[in-house]
Amino acid sequence: MATHRVPLVLLACGSFNPITNQHMRLFELARDHMHSTGQYQVVGGIVSPVSDGYGKQGLVLAKHRIAMAKLALQSSNWVTVDEWESQQPDWTETAVTMRYHYGCVLKEYEQSTGTHSGPGGNTAPLSSPSPQVKLLCGADFLETFRIPGLWQDDHVEEVAGRFGLVCVSRGGLEPERAVHASDTLSRHRHNIFLVREWVRNETSATEVRRALRRDLSVKYLIPDAVVEYIQRHKLYTQDSEGINKDTVLRPLAKHAVKSLDD
Amino acid sequence: MDGQRVTDVVLLACGSFNPITNMHLRMFELARDHLEDTGHYKVVKGIISPVGDGYKKKGLIEACHRLEMARLSTENSDWITVDSWEGLQPEWVETAKVIRHHYAELLAAEKSNDDVDTVNYVKKRRIEESSQHTRRDGPQLLFLCGADVLESFGVPNLWKQEDIDEIVGHYGLVCITRSGSNPNKFIHKSDVLWKNRKNIHVVYEWVTNEISATHVRQSLRRGRSVKYLMPDNVLNYTREHGLYSAESEQKNADVVLAPLQKYLGSSSS
Repeated sequence: MATHRVPLVLLACGSFNPITNQHMRLFELARDHMHSTGQYQVVGGIVSPVSDGYGKQGLVLAKHRIAMAKLALQSSNWVTVDEWESQQPDWTETAVTMRYHYGCVLKEYEQSTGTHSGPGGNTAPLSSPSPQVKLLCGADFLETFRIPGLWQDDHVEEVAGRFGLVCVSRGGLEPERAVHASDTLSRHRHNIFLVREWVRNETSATEVRRALRRDLSVKYLIPDAVVEYIQRHKLYTQDSEGINKDTVLRPLAKHAVKSLDD
Repeated sequence: MDGQRVTDVVLLACGSFNPITNMHLRMFELARDHLEDTGHYKVVKGIISPVGDGYKKKGLIEACHRLEMARLSTENSDWITVDSWEGLQPEWVETAKVIRHHYAELLAAEKSNDDVDTVNYVKKRRIEESSQHTRRDGPQLLFLCGADVLESFGVPNLWKQEDIDEIVGHYGLVCITRSGSNPNKFIHKSDVLWKNRKNIHVVYEWVTNEISATHVRQSLRRGRSVKYLMPDNVLNYTREHGLYSAESEQKNADVVLAPLQKYLGSSSS
């Protein structure tokens, strides 16, 4: 029986500073939700940690954030960590990262379904839909679209319109409001999937870093392997929180330069 | 004048653990951090004591499974353990009795440590001295629970008054807040709790974490993922054994909860 579900890859961009159980829950919740719509088949998940060039305060080296994400996702059979974004020389806009991953997913899909004739390959079912990549995020992420200078308008259009968003909220109506408050997001509201997590879980990387600075336990908030890694490399101290303290966030700096050029 | 006297503490959590979740395990970590932060305590051990099947709570699956899941969840902990004494009793056992049992074991271990003068692990030996025989510097057993359990003290016929007196008066309690509960207010409203407020340690969980076993069971029934809400090995166990279905949730649906049955049924206090 031919399935007409759209193959879907969920892409989460963020600092992952560090990755937490809550981050990984986003994927699980999103997958369940997208499956339950009947229209999608989630075939993969990608964690794409931001590059050091992002300039966010307290951001520890990408190599650590990637290592921790890999440890955390060891037990997942569908979510992986991708280093492309972190390896780019400058900070990369989310839309650019999405384009890259969409290109990879499409290529892989074309190869595996033999859309180009391959040796003894099956002919791809004509009704098989093309894969999609959607941005997976928390409700707080939607709010960032409103911050002046942080997003380029055409990028918001691309992320929400061309690709789509899966936004997991921890209870409360904030995401609907954020969509409503933006013309662009409103226009693409059918491409923005809001997933409600009824179990309020405010575990955040910020809280985890705070606890670590204060020598408090973060066990069961992040995987054991990540706790060990942090201890071994002595990450997340008062000092680490001071990284980039006087630096302007890269997207803001980039946008300011751009507007000066106009 | 004595300096900073540090008391050894063992935390005991009773409950259904149906199933155990990361939230349960967090309670221990939060309690330990809180107590040690005061400078007066050193938490040396945590005990998870799943309730027996005789409790007759709706949806309560067999103790053997709950015990094994709890055990799996503590494999990676160097201080939290699971004890099966309560879970394997044929009839439901009052919490106060469970606490007494574990305190007696704690004292027995202390005594055997004194006897052999080694820093060794628990030797299960019953001593006849009652638990009233507490040494000031001896280890303390504190009952660890969520604010919902504390507030359950107010539910008619769920607890015996003298048991509450004993738990807060003689042993002590560590209470982890949950959103929607206000333990300090509850303590204020209860004379016996207020009288023993020095023995009640309220720990604020600033990072709201509402993972509940009820929610986990519901998700499992609905085929939703609960990965990262509990340790992976516990999750695998629930899958292997096909635990938590619509059917299992109906267990004890027509049965009265054991404590209510006991206290409502008895004509004498």
